[in-house]
Amino acid sequence: MSAEVRQESPPVESGAASADAPSRAITALEVHDLTVAYRTKPVLWDVDLALPEGHLVAIVGPNGAGKSTLLKAVMGIVKPITGWVQVYSAPYAQRRSWVGYVPQRESVDWDFPTSAIDVVLMGLYGRVGWIRRPSREHKAIAMRCLEQVGIPELAHRQISQLSGGQQQRVFLARALAQEAKLYLMDEPFAGVDATTERAVLELLQNLRREGKTVVAVHHDLQTVAEYFDWVVLLNMRLVAAGPTSTTFTQENLQRTYGGRLTVLSQAAEALLSKRTLREKR
Amino acid sequence: MGGFTLLRRQSLLGDALAHAALPGVCVAFLITGSKQPLPLLTGALCAGLLGALYVVLVVRGSRIKEDSAIGIVLSVFYAVGIVLLTRIQKLPAGNQSGLDKYLFGQAAALVQEDLEVMAGVGVVLVAAVFLLWKELKLLTFDRAFGQSLGFPMRGLEVVLTCLLVVVVVVGLQTVGVVLMVATLITPAASARQWTDRLGPMILLSAAIGGLSGAAGALLSASFEKLPTGPTIVLVSSSVLFVSLLFAPRRGILWSMWRERVFGARIRRENLLKDLYLLGERRGSWSTHVPFPILLGMRGDRPGRTRRDVRRLIRSGLLERSGDGLRLEPEGLLAAERLVRKHRLWEVYLTRRLDLPTDHVHRDAEAMEHALSDAAVNEFEGRLGFPATDPHGRPIPPRRD
Repeated sequence: MSAEVRQESPPVESGAASADAPSRAITALEVHDLTVAYRTKPVLWDVDLALPEGHLVAIVGPNGAGKSTLLKAVMGIVKPITGWVQVYSAPYAQRRSWVGYVPQRESVDWDFPTSAIDVVLMGLYGRVGWIRRPSREHKAIAMRCLEQVGIPELAHRQISQLSGGQQQRVFLARALAQEAKLYLMDEPFAGVDATTERAVLELLQNLRREGKTVVAVHHDLQTVAEYFDWVVLLNMRLVAAGPTSTTFTQENLQRTYGGRLTVLSQAAEALLSKRTLREKR
Repeated sequence: MGGFTLLRRQSLLGDALAHAALPGVCVAFLITGSKQPLPLLTGALCAGLLGALYVVLVVRGSRIKEDSAIGIVLSVFYAVGIVLLTRIQKLPAGNQSGLDKYLFGQAAALVQEDLEVMAGVGVVLVAAVFLLWKELKLLTFDRAFGQSLGFPMRGLEVVLTCLLVVVVVVGLQTVGVVLMVATLITPAASARQWTDRLGPMILLSAAIGGLSGAAGALLSASFEKLPTGPTIVLVSSSVLFVSLLFAPRRGILWSMWRERVFGARIRRENLLKDLYLLGERRGSWSTHVPFPILLGMRGDRPGRTRRDVRRLIRSGLLERSGDGLRLEPEGLLAAERLVRKHRLWEVYLTRRLDLPTDHVHRDAEAMEHALSDAAVNEFEGRLGFPATDPHGRPIPPRRD
């Protein structure tokens, strides 16, 4: 990485911090001063975010706004230049088992020689541990997860023979198998048929009823207000975040999708590419 | 090993590593002056790893994409290797006969020691793949997800690449730099044709590789002047050829056959539909339609149409009397279902997609064969149970 890494450490969790605001809900995910760049191209710039537990959160923004990158940065799949991430007040590395991940469906090769249940089992690999194989109980769990997404009969079908919606359900089942508290989903509604869309929505609502938190990248502005009760508007910078009813406004959308960020992105690019602008430690 | 390389789309990397190993062999010879396999293989191993590292560094440090980086490594290392090989040949001490077997491979020249090295490598490989099975599968299928679970994907990648280098280097003596990638990839590609599961695929790939090797060696031993390496590659390529043609589901013949079956079904369905439309115009389906009239409507080859008619009679959908044909009650129902799908789809297109009425027929012509009954019933409801299609013809009612 060309840019200098300035990793701040998060504040130490203490009893006093939570006693400060006893009425506030538990924070499921907190992101502080997060900046991510691919080479010299900034993708996320100084993002501060705190998401309370038990909500369905939509991440909304134009193409290239860094929505997927935000999810990946939370899980450490891409390394931030600055900033830190906490999941339930601890670094991600300590909270891995609390987080479930649904990548974009197009991110994998569906012609891979494997079956639906095998993919779902991958959700349990973290728990199975190194070298050991999934046991019969693990398979039973995977099967239950496929039942939850409504496609138990397709368990042994090769994954390329599944429709787009069914493939999405397999990915969701894999995340369910992780039995997480916080789910990060990259466009779970993209390119699925109407039936799957309803099924996915129902699943998300069930998760929330169980007190889980879902953070999903979402593209369809029409359905944001209907499906999600919390929204994060993102365009490289955080534009706004809060309850959908107050945050998902025409004005905020304008600010998210309007072209006013070009100056900023140019400035950011200059800062990151010319290392001489920065002091070397 | 080839299986994972193929699935990770890194076949070219295997090729580059094979070429990269050549200068390693030469340098090792220049340093040690020995033609023993162990020092030479060590040299090849180092050069191969260097090549792999170089690819990674080029990709990470510049805007050059992986395929170009691999191309660069392949040609640069190979050129260096050839230059060195020529120099060695000119040296007073060196005749290169011992070294050029790495270029083209010379299985016949293998000695006991070579075989021991190969067997050792084989055991290590099988053990590594067996132990890290789950992790390698995760790496190959969904790297990002593996990372989110906390598995060190980059480390695994390094392990996998190192294993690949070792395999390539060991294989060099048998088939040589140029053909190495074929022995790596063709068995895996063949195996992929026959199975949809990773385990069987890897096992089958190993089996095909082993058998091709054995068959190639036997062939070259039984005929004079048949080089072993190329023969092995030819054998495994033949296996691949057969696999591409004949494998169920993924094979070329299979899909051609399916196309035929599907085409025949559509022809028969259209035949029933034409009879239905004719009856609709006449106001009755009870009279027999002479075959020539049907043929004129179909516009298809007479022989094929006759075959389709015979098939429909056999399945009880058509009835023949003399030269005349009539829809059986069951055939009438089947035709009605098709017409229903066709017309409802036309309504859907004109209403929902605002297509002009003269644009919808062709599309509906295809959809009538693809829509399921359940789907049609569902969107009939959503369209508000229309009575006629956009051209004003009646839509047959649901009958179940």
